[in-house]
Amino acid sequence: MPSVRVYVRLKPSLLDSAGRTVGEALKNLGYAEVEDVRIGKLIELKVDTVEDSRIREMCSKLLANPVIEDFTYEVVGEKA
Amino acid sequence: MKIAVVRFPGSNCDQDALKALTEDLGLEAEYVWHETASLSGYDGVFVPGGFSYGDYLRCGAMAAAATVMNEVRRFAAEGRPVLGACNGFQILCESGILPGALLQNVGRRFICDDVYLTPGTRRSPWTEQVDRTVTIPIAHGEGRYVIDADGLKALHDNDQVAFRYTNALGEPTPQSNPNGSVDNIAGVLNEKGNVLGLMPHPERCTKSILGGTDGLKVLAGYLALVGA
Repeated sequence: MPSVRVYVRLKPSLLDSAGRTVGEALKNLGYAEVEDVRIGKLIELKVDTVEDSRIREMCSKLLANPVIEDFTYEVVGEKA
Repeated sequence: MKIAVVRFPGSNCDQDALKALTEDLGLEAEYVWHETASLSGYDGVFVPGGFSYGDYLRCGAMAAAATVMNEVRRFAAEGRPVLGACNGFQILCESGILPGALLQNVGRRFICDDVYLTPGTRRSPWTEQVDRTVTIPIAHGEGRYVIDADGLKALHDNDQVAFRYTNALGEPTPQSNPNGSVDNIAGVLNEKGNVLGLMPHPERCTKSILGGTDGLKVLAGYLALVGA
C-alpha cells in the first residue's frame, strides 16, 4: 500500500516563534553556525489509491491552512 | 431569542458563555454538541474558547471540520449573529468564515491578562455599544493574528477590524500589543458584520464580581442583530 508524505511548512514570510526558540537553544549548545530554524510538520497517509487532485484537496482543506502554510507531498511505495 | 453555545471536546469557556448570555444578557441559551446537524430553532451562535480537540494539527482545525460547522456557516451567510471568542475565533478563521489565521504569540508565552481594546469601527452590531476603550481579559498562547497585505487592506477598506489592542488612551502602540498581531488586531468581522471573532473573552467580564462588565457591550450585538 502506498504512503503519501505530506510536508507542511509555515509560509517564509511568517515568524516561526517556536523555530526561533529552538534556534536559540542550538546556539546555547554551541552550534554557532545555525542562522535560523523553521519547524514544519510531516504527515504520513496510508492510502489504497493515489489520486493527486484528492491529495491536494485534503492538504488544502485540512492538513495545511493555505492562509499561513505551504505544503508539498511525495508518494512512497507502490503507486496503485 | 435563543443562542446555541457550541461544545466541542476540549471546549472550556462554554459555561462562562452560557451564564453570561442567560444571567447577564437575559437571553435564552443552550449547549449544542458538535455532532448536531441542525440548529433550527436557534437565532444565533456562540463558539466558545478552550482547546478543542487538544489543538491537534492547528488550533481550531479539527473543530472547523465538525458537522455543526455547516450550520454555523449557514447562520453566518444568513446574517444571523455568530460570535467566536479565543478558540472560537480560531475555529471561525480555520473554517473560512472569517479571514486570516492565528499563530503562536510572538513572546512564545501563554498570556492571561486584562487588555485594553478599542473598536476599529463603530458601524457594526458588535461594536456600536462600545463607546470607549474597554477592558476585557485575554488567555491564549496562539493569538497572533496574521493576514496577508491584500487581506489587511480589505479588512480596513470594508470596516472589518472590530477591535484593536491599545493603551488606555485608545492608541494602538507596540507596547499594548500582547501577542504580535498584525496592526494590533484583536478581533475581526465578516463582510456583513454579523460574525465577530476575537481573542479576548467578553463572556468573562459581564458581572462586577468578575472585575468588570465591559463584555456586555460586545455581547449586546446579539440583541442588535436579532432585535433588528
